[in-house]
Amino acid sequence: MRHRFDVRIGPAGFRVGSDWRAPVEQLAALYSDYPKPENGVPDFTVRLTAPRPWRRWLRPSVAIAGDYMLPEAAPLPLRHGLLAAEMAMNLQMALGWRRHLLLHASAVEKDGRALVMSGESGAGKSTLAALLATRGWRLMGDEFALVHPRTGDVHAFPRLVSLKNESVAAMAAEVGEARWGPLLAGTPKGDIRHLVPGPAAIAAMDTPARPMLLVFPRFGFAPAVRTVPPSEAFVRLTQASTNYTALAEDGFKALHRLVAEVPSVAIDYPDGAAALALIDELVP
Amino acid sequence: MIYRAPPPSALLVEPLDAFTAVFHRPSGITHLLVPPAPQILAVLTEGLTREALMQRLAAEYDLADADPVALAARLEELVDAGLIRAE
Repeated sequence: MRHRFDVRIGPAGFRVGSDWRAPVEQLAALYSDYPKPENGVPDFTVRLTAPRPWRRWLRPSVAIAGDYMLPEAAPLPLRHGLLAAEMAMNLQMALGWRRHLLLHASAVEKDGRALVMSGESGAGKSTLAALLATRGWRLMGDEFALVHPRTGDVHAFPRLVSLKNESVAAMAAEVGEARWGPLLAGTPKGDIRHLVPGPAAIAAMDTPARPMLLVFPRFGFAPAVRTVPPSEAFVRLTQASTNYTALAEDGFKALHRLVAEVPSVAIDYPDGAAALALIDELVP
Repeated sequence: MIYRAPPPSALLVEPLDAFTAVFHRPSGITHLLVPPAPQILAVLTEGLTREALMQRLAAEYDLADADPVALAARLEELVDAGLIRAE
């Protein structure tokens, strides 16, 4: 590919190739403090290509290609090239990662213990993780929590935090301009801005943590906390895992251990402040 | 008809709460079961008729009000799920 960018995020190494300079330059700037893949060999390769040759120049649009692909993924305009790269990297993890049980969840750590937050898109797991990261927690990831099948530890995957719509303004009040990527307006997921995890999150990304609480947040409701029984947590997390089936017995054992050893709660919250108050009560 | 569950080595059985998670190694499928399904699986490692199974469940699990119609339905569900065989 004409333009190339290599990065390691937690245990996963990526190579992004692109027909255009801009997405790679944006990635290089936002991931400037991240290491390169171990021994220079990436686990996954992602390509940002024009769906037709003339689409490199004429109303340029970015199609995602790579080791793992979804055939129905629609191309994005070049101005959303950074989003295309992030989506492609997530897709490689979701479909290709086998070394950990991969949960669609955000995670933060304090004193070696991790809070894992899993929910549907819009539940606020990215926003909560980003908020907690401004309150003394270490961000381990806003998209995937990696559960080691042997140890049960949670491993970090602190990619750029993808914040949408109202969350962008809410977090802009908390974090200085230097850590923000460009505003990607009018994407299929709304307005998106990427936030670079803080230096502590990047420096400690190879340090795992013991899971201490599984949280199933729901945004837009009056504050409430409900204990979630292990069987419900088990079902929710099989649905939230992209590789549970692929890991077969290892996935079953890892997930059983997680829900058997770690308590689970569902929390409803109307805004970030209420969520932080609830979490402060749960994790004094 | 004889009903038979897979040998214990073919299943990972983990009680969670009211539910028991079962991983069926031959198919790679995870099942969540409620009583009396886990007990049926445990007893049927030796093949039994429905009547014999009824007696064993009553004796070993104190199912005093065991209902033969309900048991037949549970057995059918377990056969459909691929967890036991009817021979």
